[in-house]
Amino acid sequence: MTVRLSPALVEEIRVHAERAYPTECCGVLAGQVSEVKEVLHLVPATNRRTDDPHRYLISPDDLRSIELSLRSSGEDILGCYHSHPDHAAAPSMFDTDQAWPWYSYIIVRVDQGRAVELTSWVLDDDRSRMHQEQLDVLSEV
Amino acid sequence: MSVTVSIPTPLRPFTGGRDTLEVAGETVGQVLEQLLATHTGLKRHLMQDDGRLRNFVNMYLNETDIRHLASTATPVRAGDVLTIVPSIAGGAPAAAEAKALSHAETLRYSRHLLLPEVGVTGQRKLKAARVLTIGAGGLGSPVSLYLAAAGVGTIGIVDFDVVDLTNLQRQIVHGTSTLGRPKLDSAEERLTDLNPNVRIERHETRLTSENALEILGEYDIVVDGTDNFPTRYLVNDACVLLGKPNVYGSIFRFEGQASLFYAEKGPCYRCLYSEPPPPGLVPSCAEGGVLGVLPGIIGSIQALETIKWIIGAGTSLLGRLVLFDALKLRFRELELRKDPACPICGTNPTIHELIDYEAFCGIGAEPAYAGPEISAEELRRELHTKGQNLVLVDVREPHEWEIAHIEGATLIPLSQLPERLSELDGHAEIVTQCHHGARSMKALEILKGAGFGKVRSLAGGIDAWAERVEPGMARY
Repeated sequence: MTVRLSPALVEEIRVHAERAYPTECCGVLAGQVSEVKEVLHLVPATNRRTDDPHRYLISPDDLRSIELSLRSSGEDILGCYHSHPDHAAAPSMFDTDQAWPWYSYIIVRVDQGRAVELTSWVLDDDRSRMHQEQLDVLSEV
Repeated sequence: MSVTVSIPTPLRPFTGGRDTLEVAGETVGQVLEQLLATHTGLKRHLMQDDGRLRNFVNMYLNETDIRHLASTATPVRAGDVLTIVPSIAGGAPAAAEAKALSHAETLRYSRHLLLPEVGVTGQRKLKAARVLTIGAGGLGSPVSLYLAAAGVGTIGIVDFDVVDLTNLQRQIVHGTSTLGRPKLDSAEERLTDLNPNVRIERHETRLTSENALEILGEYDIVVDGTDNFPTRYLVNDACVLLGKPNVYGSIFRFEGQASLFYAEKGPCYRCLYSEPPPPGLVPSCAEGGVLGVLPGIIGSIQALETIKWIIGAGTSLLGRLVLFDALKLRFRELELRKDPACPICGTNPTIHELIDYEAFCGIGAEPAYAGPEISAEELRRELHTKGQNLVLVDVREPHEWEIAHIEGATLIPLSQLPERLSELDGHAEIVTQCHHGARSMKALEILKGAGFGKVRSLAGGIDAWAERVEPGMARY
């Protein structure tokens, strides 16, 4: 499924990632699903992993409260975004191991503090790997 | 009895799009079992191969995480809501994962990968390894070059010296283009050119009792490329205290030694040499000279032992001392045993922390003979004014004399001085002179003891003379 989001939201992810560098940032993609996953806004999350700068964790409690807060506006969690400081914008083995099906995982590569590349990934049904999905960045109409 | 199971969005493709299901069971575990029996597609996403819940799958019974209850044994009642709550985790490649080899690395190390004893596993161990080299000199050069070429992931280097022209005859990690620059800069440039995959960690400092544990503590294995006894004992003791292997090598003139010290499993350097030689007895390379290839051979043995240790191949030098004679081209081997009386790794150790190694090696503790000295400039003036009345005795060796000597000096090597005192005029003023001023001070002691009154030693030796008085003179 294609993921669609506005340039403003892409910029928001980049800023979050650059600010968090050299640690990883993470946040939730919120929006609605039709033929595409339409990201309407982002919910920056607290990275609950403080022991390792190359890990992120959005706790179940945080995710539950985000989900509840979205329910009133008819939105849902579509996936998440996180940064890879000085690493390729491709899922690591750990990303794949920890991934949920259906969710979109946007990865932003940050080189020396500058966000350079943004890709979106989704888990294969057999959990063997993640495949890249189309990321449409459309101007707001 | 049945409870309501709330399904999160990412799992709804496996429940026909439904966000809640009514599932029967007495406990959370039974409900889960029933759920997976009717919706088999969920299983691989919720459960590990060993049948336990995946760590990112959280189950809340009403408002409470079941981990805070009785986990899957928690009983359920009609009307309860069991909610599956994701936690989302991930991250850039972890340390171990990052040690996977890229295509370029696979090609670079292909001749290693062809060896079953190394293979991909061994090469990844090399990539994950952290090795500290003490010194970027004669031994440190081949050690760091071969470790970098072999793909050791992190190489730390301790050195605070600058590249000098006299280094280049053996210190092959440096070059003419880096003369005068810090050895760390020079080595880092060469090593990263040889293999950009290697991370060089710089320790531009003198290794001391204050910083040794901290610096060595960051590494898996230590390679001793030092040229002096205080540092050698310091490295040994720090390795014993930290429980790290110490790859030892030393060189002098045409002879070298190597071993692997590891107190956890065998002897340490102190088991071999419990005490250092008296200061000045064993000359350094700067004083005694060294054949340039020799550190290449001994340092390569150290690099070899380091690599074998990391990949766990072959038989190590632990408990063996290899002695190499370059002129005879002969290797000999001595068996080393752990000394039960060793003061640091024996059964009743007396050393429990790092000590003052300069004092331990007698440096500074008992000052060498300190007789009167004369500066190079003053010597020139006096040679000019006093002429024949001032006798200059060069106590160096004949081959040093051949390199350069001061016009009008008399050559009497230090070792021959006691028998040749009769050649000297007891009434004349005598100035002794050597390369740097140490041997001439010993000569002074001999002359004073023999009753010579008017004797002085040239401070800084012929090197000071060449530097400040006779710039055209060859230095060595």
